Amino acid sequence: MKYEEKMMRAVYTDLLIEAANHDDRIVVLEADLKGASGTQPFFEAHPDKAYNIGISEGALIAGGAGMAAMGKVVFADTFAAFITRRAHDHIMLSVAYAQNKNMKIVGTDPGITAELNGGTHMPFEDVAIMRVIPTMTIFEPCDAWELKKAFPQILAHEDPIYIRLNRRNPLIVHDENYEFELGKADLIKEGKDVTLIASGILVEQAILAAEELAKEGIDAEVINIHTIKPLDCEAVVASAAKTRAVVTAENANVIGGLGGAVAECLAEKCPTVMRRIGAQDRFGQVGHQDFLLEEYNMTAADIVKAAKEAIAAK
Amino acid sequence: MANVKLLKEKAKEIRKLTLRCIGTLGVGHVGGSMSVCELLSVLYYDKMRVDPKNPKWDDRDRLVVSKGHAGPAVYATLASKGFIPIEQLDTLNQPHTDLPSHCDKNHTPGIDMTTGSLGQGFAVAVGMAAAAKMDHRNLTIYTIVGDGECQEGQIWESALFAGNYGLDNLIAFVDYNKMQCDGYMSAISDMYPFDDKWKAFNWYVQVIDGHNVEEIANAIDNASKVKRPSVIIMNTVKGKGANFCENLPTCHHMTVTEEMWKNAVAALDQED
Repeated sequence: MKYEEKMMRAVYTDLLIEAANHDDRIVVLEADLKGASGTQPFFEAHPDKAYNIGISEGALIAGGAGMAAMGKVVFADTFAAFITRRAHDHIMLSVAYAQNKNMKIVGTDPGITAELNGGTHMPFEDVAIMRVIPTMTIFEPCDAWELKKAFPQILAHEDPIYIRLNRRNPLIVHDENYEFELGKADLIKEGKDVTLIASGILVEQAILAAEELAKEGIDAEVINIHTIKPLDCEAVVASAAKTRAVVTAENANVIGGLGGAVAECLAEKCPTVMRRIGAQDRFGQVGHQDFLLEEYNMTAADIVKAAKEAIAAK
Repeated sequence: MANVKLLKEKAKEIRKLTLRCIGTLGVGHVGGSMSVCELLSVLYYDKMRVDPKNPKWDDRDRLVVSKGHAGPAVYATLASKGFIPIEQLDTLNQPHTDLPSHCDKNHTPGIDMTTGSLGQGFAVAVGMAAAAKMDHRNLTIYTIVGDGECQEGQIWESALFAGNYGLDNLIAFVDYNKMQCDGYMSAISDMYPFDDKWKAFNWYVQVIDGHNVEEIANAIDNASKVKRPSVIIMNTVKGKGANFCENLPTCHHMTVTEEMWKNAVAALDQED
């Protein structure tokens, strides 16, 4: 298994700088966390396109909405917990409802990647509360290639988008030949016995789980859902119809998260035995990622166990 | 020099059309609509660069009515100015109307921003001013906030942003009628001393009579000359000119019968 050498936040910032080199519409907004977001090099490369407005998430999002209304393409960054919770009304009304929509809302440190910042900074709920905003797209890249390939489509996307960004070094899943399409599921491995549907950092655990299952003669299909909303329900149904057993895996609360979205899709289109890996309606807590993966039963072993249960219940 | 006579006439016309707009429906935000009629007259008939035939003209000045519940007064102004037909005022809040209680730029020609969740319009206006300044555009962003609205922390977050970035293309008005939804501000959460609060956030502050068109026009001229964001605190009377509720704390949102609004219009016609 190979991990990215460059942190995701550095990849993100490189993409921003490059885009702003030839696009005067681009603006980056920070609320006193540009160190964490990694956008300091952007502030140096494009000081006239960068604002650090201080610790004020409402002003960050509503101000960004005003800039979008005047023709700017706005990237607003801060911790996922704060940008989705504190600024939710602003995202709902001043961005989405008012249709000041060319805004890229970037939440870093989703779920357990908040690590030592602990429960106050550990959003498991962000996916759910962003999913209920009409017109909102939710994108969570699992590796740097996915972020790079998605970036032009994110720039061209005219409705608001929430980017759930793990800022550290993820597993390398893709390569430069990856054919990415926003809104389309990414089939990582075909299989026939069970479908593992994962997002973000749990794509790695799903891949590991499939390898473990293979050792026991269980052929798992692995699907990476980078676009949690709109969910590629068609791809989910096609796989579920084949394997008749589905396990979702996400670094978020299963209520309203990827697990919820897949359950909603399957309940209406193809009722299927399901198990959902993720935070089981619990709050976050302080700890390193390895500890938290185990604490919230998000490991490959947990996915293997859930897969066997789902297969047994077919 | 502002044409004071015209601006007073237009303020009265806006006031009467606002009464018709709310009165035809029978219920609405009377108080905070009636208190901004002189300001809307000065903005639309003297100061703002707008074109009723081209409401989305890119080089126009923008007005963000952050106290979005003043929608009826803004609609009355837009009708007076020719952005929308006068008869359309009778569709306020009817099913599928383009004149909702709170301003919505995606429905009404001439409305520059969707507002209603208090504090947000002001914050959006700050962003609009920042974007206009970034692109060296020669236009002014105006925004109207309620006095009660200034209880929102959002206002002060964004006031800091505007003050620190020296957004001199931004002019805010506070409709200081001293009342809010539940009654007198002094009995709920007082903002006194209002001017000192804005000064502390590095804004250029003027305090004027919000029902005097000449004072409003002069204050805007002064504001245009300073190199930082400006706020004009307008002392106003809630419900001004609605004789059935003027200066009553119950006038924020109320029932208005046909007799009430028509009598109020007749009383305004009696004034010089």
